[in-house]
Amino acid sequence: MALAVVIFLLVIGSIIFHFASPWWFTEIAADWGSIDFTINLTFWVTGFVFVACNLFLAYCIWKFRQKEGHKAVYEPENHKLEIGLSAITTVGVIAMLAPGLFVWASFVNVPDDAVQIEVLGSQWQWQYRYPGADGQLGTADVLLVTEDNPFGVNPEDPRGQDDVVVNDPELHLPLGQPVQTLLRSHDVLHNFTVPQFRVKMDLVPGLVSYLWFDPTREGRFDVMCEELCGIGHFVMRGAVVVEPQADFDAWIAQQTTFSETQNMAAPNVAAGQAAYAACATCHGQQGEGNQALNAPKLAGQQPWYIERQIQHFKDGARGGDGDTYGAQMAAFANMLADETAVRNVAAYINTFPDTPAQPTVTGDVDNGYDIYDRNCAACHLDNGQGTWYNDSPKLAGMSDWYFVTQISNFRAGIRGLHPTDDYGEQMVSMATAMSDLEEIQDVAAYINTLQR
Amino acid sequence: MAYVPLADQDKEMEMHHPHSWVEKYVWSQDHKVIAIQYGSIAVFTGIIGLTLSVLFRLQLGFPESVDFIDPNFYYQAVTMHGMIMVVYFLTALFLGGFGNYMIPLMCGARDMVFPFMNMLSVWTFLLSVIILMASFFVGGGPTGAGWTLYPPQTAMEGTPGHDMGIVLMLISLAVFIVATTMGGLNYAVTVLQYRCRGLTMMRLPLTVWGIFVATILALFAFPALLVAAIMMLFDTLLGTSFFMPAVIEAGAPLDHNGGSPLLFQHLFWFFGHPEVYIVALPAFGLVSDVLSTHARKNIFGYRMMVWAIIAIGGLSFIVWAHHMYVSGMHPYFGFFFATTTLIIAVPTALKVYNWVLTLWEGDIRLNAPMYFAIGFIFTFIHGGLTGLFLGNVVIDLPLSDTYFVIAHFHMVMGVSPILVLFAAIYHWYPLMSGRMFHEGLAKAHFWLTFLGAYAIYLPMHYLGFLGVPRRYYQIGATDFIPASAQDLNASITIAAIFVAVAQLLFFVNIIWSLKYGKKAEKNPWGSASLEWQTPDLPPKHGNWGDELPTVYRWAYDYSVPGAHEDFIPQNTPETVEPTVDEEHFDPDQDASKADI
Repeated sequence: MALAVVIFLLVIGSIIFHFASPWWFTEIAADWGSIDFTINLTFWVTGFVFVACNLFLAYCIWKFRQKEGHKAVYEPENHKLEIGLSAITTVGVIAMLAPGLFVWASFVNVPDDAVQIEVLGSQWQWQYRYPGADGQLGTADVLLVTEDNPFGVNPEDPRGQDDVVVNDPELHLPLGQPVQTLLRSHDVLHNFTVPQFRVKMDLVPGLVSYLWFDPTREGRFDVMCEELCGIGHFVMRGAVVVEPQADFDAWIAQQTTFSETQNMAAPNVAAGQAAYAACATCHGQQGEGNQALNAPKLAGQQPWYIERQIQHFKDGARGGDGDTYGAQMAAFANMLADETAVRNVAAYINTFPDTPAQPTVTGDVDNGYDIYDRNCAACHLDNGQGTWYNDSPKLAGMSDWYFVTQISNFRAGIRGLHPTDDYGEQMVSMATAMSDLEEIQDVAAYINTLQR
Repeated sequence: MAYVPLADQDKEMEMHHPHSWVEKYVWSQDHKVIAIQYGSIAVFTGIIGLTLSVLFRLQLGFPESVDFIDPNFYYQAVTMHGMIMVVYFLTALFLGGFGNYMIPLMCGARDMVFPFMNMLSVWTFLLSVIILMASFFVGGGPTGAGWTLYPPQTAMEGTPGHDMGIVLMLISLAVFIVATTMGGLNYAVTVLQYRCRGLTMMRLPLTVWGIFVATILALFAFPALLVAAIMMLFDTLLGTSFFMPAVIEAGAPLDHNGGSPLLFQHLFWFFGHPEVYIVALPAFGLVSDVLSTHARKNIFGYRMMVWAIIAIGGLSFIVWAHHMYVSGMHPYFGFFFATTTLIIAVPTALKVYNWVLTLWEGDIRLNAPMYFAIGFIFTFIHGGLTGLFLGNVVIDLPLSDTYFVIAHFHMVMGVSPILVLFAAIYHWYPLMSGRMFHEGLAKAHFWLTFLGAYAIYLPMHYLGFLGVPRRYYQIGATDFIPASAQDLNASITIAAIFVAVAQLLFFVNIIWSLKYGKKAEKNPWGSASLEWQTPDLPPKHGNWGDELPTVYRWAYDYSVPGAHEDFIPQNTPETVEPTVDEEHFDPDQDASKADI
């Protein structure tokens, strides 16, 4: 008896939950209303069956519960009824499947006017490549990937020379222009998902997969990786900006082409040396760092990382609220006029001899190893050297006190939450592997053991 | 079908009759003892799987509340939870546990056809569990590659347990498959060859049908996983490239080239989809018998139920790629696999209709086993219907890899089969132990489990609609997920903890009742099927005393008009209780002509 009532209440409760729930599909931003239609159709058909079957179930329990003097009816089977129910079910299934297959056909067949854009996934970042003026993407191969050619574009292929390479997790798309994204991975499976576009597809190393959509709404949407790709899976985020054609044209004009990245002039170390004079006051003549002045060691750090961080200080992505020393640094960073100046300084710093910094932090090395090995080594590597491929800076032999400050800043939300600091945002999440100051010091103490 | 005289050859029984305590309870060849051993090991791993789920639910509901749950541990926990629950818990419990216990008793046999191999099977299973658990104690810990173990990430830096953990997982799976194959051959041959006189295939209880067809599925499906595991071991240890294309690890290319990650996915799901039915079909069978017995009514549409089991089993081999709609395989496959997948809905729906119609005009005893069985109908309807979303290829685009998928498969192959497990354990507890369980505790256990599970999984579908991705250690900062989603996650976690703790009621009940439960009278539910008709309760070694039973009717003669009682045991001769007159129905017309 109670069971019949509860099943009845669960059916009613489910309906109420559905209508009261604020959790439903995001507002659609691509021309895939047909997918939403199929979902709604399926929802109402299955919803009806759910309610009907369970109410009938509840009725049976209530009506035919054991009673004195009551006896069950002997009725082994009823072919007509069974065939009738199967026929109704078949009709219902066809009603849901047929529209689904039609919509799938339109997903499989990409319209002729769609432009092709490459989405490249690697642990744990998104990058994008546009075809350039010739409208064609050049060939690419994972075995051609280097720090200077992160897309592995074939340098011999003339079609690839004008390809626009975007080494940044933000994708820009013109409004109302159908897009076919060609999906490629350099390491493991990933999955390109923008919830508002409704469609998703895996990136598979060794082959090129695709999906297509027609963005119909301006805005900035999250790009999520939705195929487990290792420990950094949950921080593999990007963004897609859908904007009017004019804005898009202006944006893409600022991006670099593949041939530009290949033919970039070598940085001017002498100019970098001149500019470094201002830095030397705090960071030292040889970039050895100075804890008293809160200036970390620079010598030995990877140039791409130095460049990116100076850029962040210039953009205001670092050195904002709560980061007093960062604010000091931002003032100095702004003395560097442009990207070339930043590159020059980084190149000069790269000439310094790399002597490991003196350890200043003590902690439980074993616990530090445990945390580092489980969570940090995936990007920063077992030897703490870091790699451009994972966007991970060198940690071993660098200023341990600075490590402690920065991890604390990530934990406190002082660093990494600025919208343009995509890589910092990953550290905000990963830094949770260290639950308090003590654990941060443990990890720093372990990293100190990696100096040789 | 003609009677096969093999079952009467009792001499073999002497050979493995136990002579000492160790032979009786440890190196036992008695299917009933082996069933309990299989079940106990499976339940032990299940408890570990459940504990892991509570831990990672804590992280999802209350981020960073537990110090040692870092991203690494989180991925290891979800991976091990999934593999343990699907393979080492559910498969082992349904086939090794219930298959072992029920098949000989329901077939009127003294034991399995190959008792020694049966014993070997359970000890090999234990070995596989030990290897699996060992991975918690090796450097790097167990694999965190997700229970699907998709390459290339399984063996790459950046995946937890990428050196030892994954190797132990693959070896453990291979050993498990050896155990399952030994057991499975036994179950299938026993059903085919060891049925007693008069027991035609179409007189078998649906429990036997469900386990039998599931066993056949296992024998065909597990080899695909075995070769996949071996090939992946070669890739990992010997440097072959079956599944490994050219990839970059930490900036440098690995020494692999030309392998196909999708090949692994095809092999995995060629096993993985039938695996769903390896768990579901025995549950379908067991629940049919519980429903019929306590509704005091024959299972409605027995023949359709049998054919539905066979049809579902057959179809389950041609739907596997519906797990791969967004895997990057050729999208044209989507048309085929969406169609086959939705066709399965028809025989499955028919089974649901027939369960409910079994209750119609019944005389329903609302006791604890029946509560769980009816709870199953509710959750299975829910889980089955959400399958129509994911199976319909285009709807899978937004929902794949979100919490909708998690909610769906937990509803359909987690909660539903587990409710059946409880129904079955309570239902057959008097047979296995000779005691009655505590009805009040069992009902309390039902309410907390059933309502708690629904509180976990109903809202979870809505997280999926919203687009919250699965396998995220933290949701983190997004524009589209409102803060309220975190509140929902917290409530789901609280419900999960309730459900997990509620399982203590079950363990207390079955352990307490072993000693203090009311002594069960013979055939306490008034069941018509053969397993309750043994001379002893619980049945002794050899099951049937001096003489094997003879069967005269199907297993569902409840409330037959004109009969003395509201059930007629299968082994009651026609001279005592007439078979049902033609005007009503004879479920197996040709059985009366069988060689009895």
